[in-house]
Formats: sequence, C-alpha cells, structure tokens
Amino acid sequence: MSWSFLLRRLLLAIPTLFGVAVIVFVLLRVVPGDPIAMLIGPGATDADIAELRRLYGLDESIALQFVYYLEDLARGNFGTSISMRQDVMELVLGRLPVTIELCLFAMLVALALGGAMALAGAYWRGRAGEAAVDGAAGFVLAIPDFLWALLFILFVVVFALDGLPISGRIGHDVGFRGATGFLLIESLVRLRFDAFGSVLLHTVLPAFALALPLAAIIARVLKTSIAEAMTQDYILMARVKGFSRARIVCREALRNALVPTVTLTGVQFTFLVGGTVLVEKIFSYPGIGNMAIDAVINRDLPLIQGLVLTFAVLFIATNLLVDMSYALLNPRMRHG
Amino acid sequence: MADAAALPGGLLPRARESAVRRMLANRRVVLGGAVLLFFALAAVFAPLIAPHDPVEQDLLLQYAPPFWSDKAEPGYLFGTDNLGRDILSRLIYGAQIALFVAVTAAAAAGLLGTVLGLLAGYLGGWVDAVISRLVEIWMAFPAVLLSIVLVAVMGTGLHSVIIAIAVIDWTRFCRVVRAETMAQKQQDYVASAVTVGLGRMGILWREILPNVLPLLLVLFTLEMGIAVIVEAILSYVNLSLASDFPTWGTMIADGRKYVNQAPWLMILPIVCVIALVLALNALGDGLKDALDPVMRK
Repeated sequence: MSWSFLLRRLLLAIPTLFGVAVIVFVLLRVVPGDPIAMLIGPGATDADIAELRRLYGLDESIALQFVYYLEDLARGNFGTSISMRQDVMELVLGRLPVTIELCLFAMLVALALGGAMALAGAYWRGRAGEAAVDGAAGFVLAIPDFLWALLFILFVVVFALDGLPISGRIGHDVGFRGATGFLLIESLVRLRFDAFGSVLLHTVLPAFALALPLAAIIARVLKTSIAEAMTQDYILMARVKGFSRARIVCREALRNALVPTVTLTGVQFTFLVGGTVLVEKIFSYPGIGNMAIDAVINRDLPLIQGLVLTFAVLFIATNLLVDMSYALLNPRMRHG
Repeated sequence: MADAAALPGGLLPRARESAVRRMLANRRVVLGGAVLLFFALAAVFAPLIAPHDPVEQDLLLQYAPPFWSDKAEPGYLFGTDNLGRDILSRLIYGAQIALFVAVTAAAAAGLLGTVLGLLAGYLGGWVDAVISRLVEIWMAFPAVLLSIVLVAVMGTGLHSVIIAIAVIDWTRFCRVVRAETMAQKQQDYVASAVTVGLGRMGILWREILPNVLPLLLVLFTLEMGIAVIVEAILSYVNLSLASDFPTWGTMIADGRKYVNQAPWLMILPIVCVIALVLALNALGDGLKDALDPVMRK
C-alpha cells in the first residue's frame, strides 16, 4: 500500500467530516426548545437568562455562531455540557473506550459466530445442515439488535440466570478502578482476573445483541464465497490429493473466500457502532451511546454535537481501515 | 399500449390475474399477509375488541399476572402493568399506532424516494449526479442516531417520528427506483412512447411509473417493517408519543424498568413487534419472488 494512497484516503475524509459538522450545526441550531430555559430555576431574572445565553454564545448571529463553532472544533474544543457542566471533550473521551471495547468484543463474537455458521453451512452443502444455517441466519437478521438485547434480558430474568448481569459494566463489589477506561484489556494486563471476569460477564449480553445481526450477514456472505471458491480447480486438485472435506473447506476454500467478507464486515461494523446507542441504553452500559440518548433527552446541545461528531469520526475511521485492509488483502488495489 | 399503461402494474388483465395468483401461491406472502391482516383487524376494531380502556389506571390491580399464572385476574387475559392498566387492551391500541406509523412513514419515504429516484434515473446528467451524491452522504449517517437527533429537534410526537423515518429512509426507495428506471428507460416501449410524441414527464408518469409499481410494493412492505421497529425504538427512549399512550415501545420500556417484578410486561409487546416485523419481511420477500420477472421463469 503506497503512502499516496493512504494520504489521499485521509484527505477525502476531511470534506465528509466537514459535511457532518455542517449538518450537525444546522440541525441543532433550529431546535425549537430553548436549552437555557432548562438550565435555570423558576426564580431566574431576565438578566440571568441573558447572562447564560452570552456564556454559551447563543446571543450571537447564526453566521457568527457557525464561525465560532468551526474555530472551536478545529481547536478540539467541544464546549461545556449544559446538563453536566463539564467539558464535552473530557466527558466523551472518558466514555469512548467503553464503547470501543464493547464494539471490538462484539465484532470478535460476530466473526467467530458468523464464521462457524458459514463453515458449517459450506460443510453440509446441499443437505439439511445448510438449510438450518440459512434459516437461522434469516431469522437472526430479521430481528434488530435492539430487540435481541431485550430478548436477552427477558431470557435472563425468566430463567433466573443470576450469574449474567443485565446492567452496568462491572460489579460494584469488585473495586477495580481502571486508569484507562479499557477495563477488559487493562484488568487482564494487571492480572486482576476477578475484575476481568466481572467486566466480561457484563459485556457478554450487549456484545451478543450487537453481534448477532452482523454474524448472520457474515455467515451468508462467507458461505457464498466459500461455495464459489469450492468450484475452483485447486479445490478439485485438493480432492484428487485426497484431503478430507473438512480440511478442504476450512483451509483451502476459506482462505480464498476471506476478502469479500473482510470488506463487508468493515462496512457492517459501522452499523454495529450505531447500534450501541440503543443497546448501551438498554443494558445501562456506560458508553457514548447511552450518553447520546441522555444528551438528546436533556437537549444538551454541546454534548449532542460532540457525540454525533465522535460517532462520525468513528465511522469515517472504520471506513478508512476497511479501505486500507482491502488494499492489503487485494494486491490489485495496492497501486490504484 | 395505452391500455396496458393505464392498468396498475402496467400489466394486461390476464397478466395481472396471474400475478395475483402467483402471489397467493407464495407461502410467505400468504403467511405474512395473514399475520398483517390479524394486526390490521385488531387495530381497526380496537374500540370494539379491547376489553378495557388502555389508559385507565387501577392502582389496586398492579402487576396482575397473565392467564397462565394461578394468580391471574379474571377479565385481564394478559395481566396488568405497573399502573394497573390492562395489557391486552394496550397491545390492541398499540397495534393501531404501530400500523399507522408504518403505513404513513413508509408512504412518505416512498413518495420522496420514488420521485427523486424517477427523476435521477430518467433525466440522468447533473440531476442524477446531485441526487446520487445526496443519497451517498445521507447513507453515511448512523440511522439510529440521526432519527433520535431529528426527533429531539422537531419535538416528540408521532408526526416527528413519521417525518424522521421519511427523511432518513427515502434513500432506500431512491436507489432502487433509480436503477429500475434506468433499466426501464432502455425498453422498447419507452422508445415507442417517444416516437408517439409523449413528453418526458408523460413518459415518466404514464409509462415508467406503472412498471416500477410492483417493485415499489415490495419496498413499501419492507419499509413498513423498518418503520415499526423505528417507532418502537423511539417510543422506547421516550421520544415518540407521551408515555401514557399505549405504544409497544413504551410498553417495552416500562417492562424493562419492572422486569424483575413482572417479566411478562415485556414479553407480549416484544412478541408483537417481532411477529409484525417478521410478517412484513416475509410478505415483502414473498412479493419480491412472486413479482420478479426473472424469478418467474
């Protein structure tokens, strides 16, 4: 992969990011409700209100507000959260590792689950096994992550699976305060297996809820690619050599079927990141998705702005990584 | 030629008849349609079949369990919620809201997306470039986040939910209709309509649109399923109707709060959402198979 390719992709991300910033600004500055009205008690005077408006820059003209907004963004200054009275950047960065860890864990689950389903479907091709895999993938895909999350909670409650927590990220009794926010990785590095176990248990259900739809998509695409690869001459060669069917599917066909799946997983990963908004809310999981809903309900403009832009950056970064991995996997793209 | 264009679907009477027969022969269409009909009937006749007022509270009758429990309250088939409201009645009225949003939002998204898709596909050139670019930018946004922000901006309420769905999902229609219009444009009947002297808008409206209709029907059905989910999501996070209204999403949210005391509060609304969404998906996929000219052969 050449540096110019990388540079070009990075440069292309800038107008997209700018577009997102503009849309966010336009959307949020036409909010009919007055965010200041929520901040103050009933005893506030007009002077108090004017003072607050000045403080949050809401008294300037829209054009000037936009200029200030862009200036602040360029400096990485996202303003102060109205509902929490804290720096937005600090708030978001404090929660971001939680969501990133959850998403990556969910992606691993999706890859393992989807990969296993695809291999099983390819192995039992044309038999009842394949039909079962297809049926399962179709069913899983028809139900969105938000409903899977709720179904898991019901399942835990109805069958009294008390070992599986349905809210929060770590048990209150564990007493582990991470320095980074990446609790899963940090607890493992610091050999705090009790904390690792607790975070893992708290993460399993939200991660599976996020992972299931992606797993179904991976299963479908990977199975189709394997089926295509299975018609190639080198597979016939492997058969002639007398390799077992399992070995042919898992080692020969799989390797050649991976490229489309990697690309697709990357694209679908952005949907998974979007899904955290609700799934975190449902499991009271303290990431940026959960924070986003609270920010919207509180009409906390600076915080909404910061969070939407953070999500946009996550999306753009994911797409960038996908393009790069695609270029790495596919030699023809390297000098494109 | 003119007769054919005047019929919905652009099909001749016999062809149309066989299209209906093909649809009825499709298992998924029949099954999905039956479930949809069931919910539609419940929604339409809600005032007649609901045993109780869906918003009437009875604090002496909180958390009455459903019929399969020994402690079930007679007259309350599926029990009552945290405020003693009858769950069955709330589910029935919830179907009303879910289907109303599904139909209107899918229609609004379909209208917007179809008009833009037809224009982009038929006119091509800069119109197509602008519309296609817009679709790309639009689809880069996380849908859930965008819908939540949109509703926050417009204020809560059903109209906001419907507008949000239309504003976000018109792209689904636009992309498919654009591609289909471009394909139809190459057909002989368009060339002969040009020869006959029909204007561009006349061709688009009277010749191409009827031929895109079967596809629109499929997209509309699938979009209804999406709208049901989005409405449930938005009322779950309390951004749809006021929480007093019996929407399935609100019922699920209430159920989540009291899941440890009364898990059945959540079960039934979730089952309703899933059943309706699966039915709409099955119906849409079945219609796709039944109406697709390639699959027919």
